[in-house]
Amino acid sequence: MTITRLPRQPYHVLVVGGGGTGGALAHDLVLRGFRVTLVERGEVTSGTTGRHHGLLHSGARYAVKDRESAVECIEERRILGRVCPGTFEENDGLFVAITDEDVAYEPLFFESCLASGIPARRVSRAEALRLEPNLNPELKMAVQVPDATMDAMRMPLRFFATAKAGGAVIRPWTAVTELLVTDRVVGGARVRDLANGVEEEIRADLVVNATGPWAGQVAVMAGCDVPIRPSPGVILAVRGRWCNMVINHLHASGDGDIIVPQRGLSVVGTSSWVVEDPDDLGVPEDHVERMYVEGAKMIPAIRHAERRAAWSAARPLIGSRDADSGRELSRTFKCFDHRETDGVEGFVTISGGKGTTLRAMAETTADVICRKMGVDAPCQTREVVTLPHTAYYAA
Amino acid sequence: MTETAPALRTTRFVVSRRKEGDDPGALRYDTYDVAVGPRTTILDALVAIRRHLDPGLTFRHSCFHASCGTCGMRVDGREGLACVTPVPSGAEVVVEPLANLPVVSDLVVDMEVFYEAFDEAGRPLVRASESVPGSTPAEGIEELERYEDCIECGICLSACPVAGSDPRYVGPAALAAAWRVVEEPRGRDPGPVVRLMDDEQAAWRCHLAWECSEACPSGVDPATAIMRIRRSAASARARRLFSFGGTR
Repeated sequence: MTITRLPRQPYHVLVVGGGGTGGALAHDLVLRGFRVTLVERGEVTSGTTGRHHGLLHSGARYAVKDRESAVECIEERRILGRVCPGTFEENDGLFVAITDEDVAYEPLFFESCLASGIPARRVSRAEALRLEPNLNPELKMAVQVPDATMDAMRMPLRFFATAKAGGAVIRPWTAVTELLVTDRVVGGARVRDLANGVEEEIRADLVVNATGPWAGQVAVMAGCDVPIRPSPGVILAVRGRWCNMVINHLHASGDGDIIVPQRGLSVVGTSSWVVEDPDDLGVPEDHVERMYVEGAKMIPAIRHAERRAAWSAARPLIGSRDADSGRELSRTFKCFDHRETDGVEGFVTISGGKGTTLRAMAETTADVICRKMGVDAPCQTREVVTLPHTAYYAA
Repeated sequence: MTETAPALRTTRFVVSRRKEGDDPGALRYDTYDVAVGPRTTILDALVAIRRHLDPGLTFRHSCFHASCGTCGMRVDGREGLACVTPVPSGAEVVVEPLANLPVVSDLVVDMEVFYEAFDEAGRPLVRASESVPGSTPAEGIEELERYEDCIECGICLSACPVAGSDPRYVGPAALAAAWRVVEEPRGRDPGPVVRLMDDEQAAWRCHLAWECSEACPSGVDPATAIMRIRRSAASARARRLFSFGGTR
């Protein structure tokens, strides 16, 4: 594989937010020749990114109701397999139909997968039980799809590592205290280094708001509005690897309908509600209980498995502020050029999406940035193999 | 707080605030009173401190379920992952960074040394799935100890008395990772890894304190791995001697 060293651009981009999207964007921009600084108030991936269940989506979960997300997922799933070798457990996913209602839903699900370009295979009850002996023996049938699993932190860390090796300055524990706005032009940010308390201004030709569910709060600093709904969900990890494939309940999306094996744990997710402030989530015990109950419908042993941890993660969903559960909002992403939406120059927001689509989110955002700056540099992140995650810390 | 149940008690958190460049012997602690419930973890409490009492408090975290390994620290002197360590029942709890790694800020340590040793031992491998049609699991994989369960948290290094006395020691995690390459080579020749670890600052430096295996939050048993590397290295030496003698 050859990396084309594109000419250095005279532009400095400041990325606010060290989640998967910010990391992938830093990587993309470095490859396109930009000088990049990324600031994150905590450790990288400490917001939403690190907290997800570790599923690399085939897209099957969205095939029926959110075709756009499904197509994005299957395409990105294939690309990430190439550019992050060794990061994924290629264990596939099994959507299990347990009730007659599930069986009635199956043809629509199966056809929607195929129509989205997701390879799907019908699996008989007997074969499903042979593949996964801990499944609920009452299951009627199943559909196998190319889901995979990963470490929610280590996959994105490869993008940070590669960006850093390419010259990006990654600054964790650096909080943005204000955006520098003059005459409706954003020219950088004032930041505080939390390790030593020193405040400074970072000047940039363009600032990207890649703060996921916090995007609304950061946009306000520049007088802009982003229609983000932080939509948390509770996730439960129990001890024991109760399945090797990703087990999904074959029905329209609902609570507790996925079990993701992760080393010696099984991770059951998730619920969904909406909040104003992604820093105030809470872990409602009734939601944890629901994970046990719903998870046990797929794998009965989950019911009495020892709880290892339960936590909440806030999805950054784009959409109407009137949404009340979050389920009705698309899982796709959107890049906002605030010149177009708010009349503010030098400021772009990327939000929405999910772990699986981090690279695509970065590509779209970098395309917008190139267009704004008049830079002609193609995206290379579909081909460039990223460094191992350990390179981020090993320097 | 990330607990919706009513708070039952107040715990005083005594948190290390040492910074990079501080005299390692300097004692710098701040105290915070935090309302905790029955399920509040150390990480929940630190997040609450940062949110409500001190936005400048720095610590590492990511996954919240003992999978990423970033929140290793010492709680009342014992290593643990903050995300799965419940707040102890006493009135006061002392939270400090991992030992045997340089402190960057507060509870944040620099993981560079740890990962350099880890990289030397060989890349951590992700297991190919065993049950999916078409996959070819390694023979006898079920019997293998799951060194892949290592979450690279640095807790074993912090707990190791040898690492405390000699920073040249590569440490338990790297040795466990090396042994995994031997057990599951996936087409690689494990010889170079064994030779690398057959060193006085590697497998032979361990004093058999077993603190690493005791402290590991992920069920990895580095101490046993170290013993196996020693055995493997010793027999490789014997073979080399023997075959050398045989060719003369």
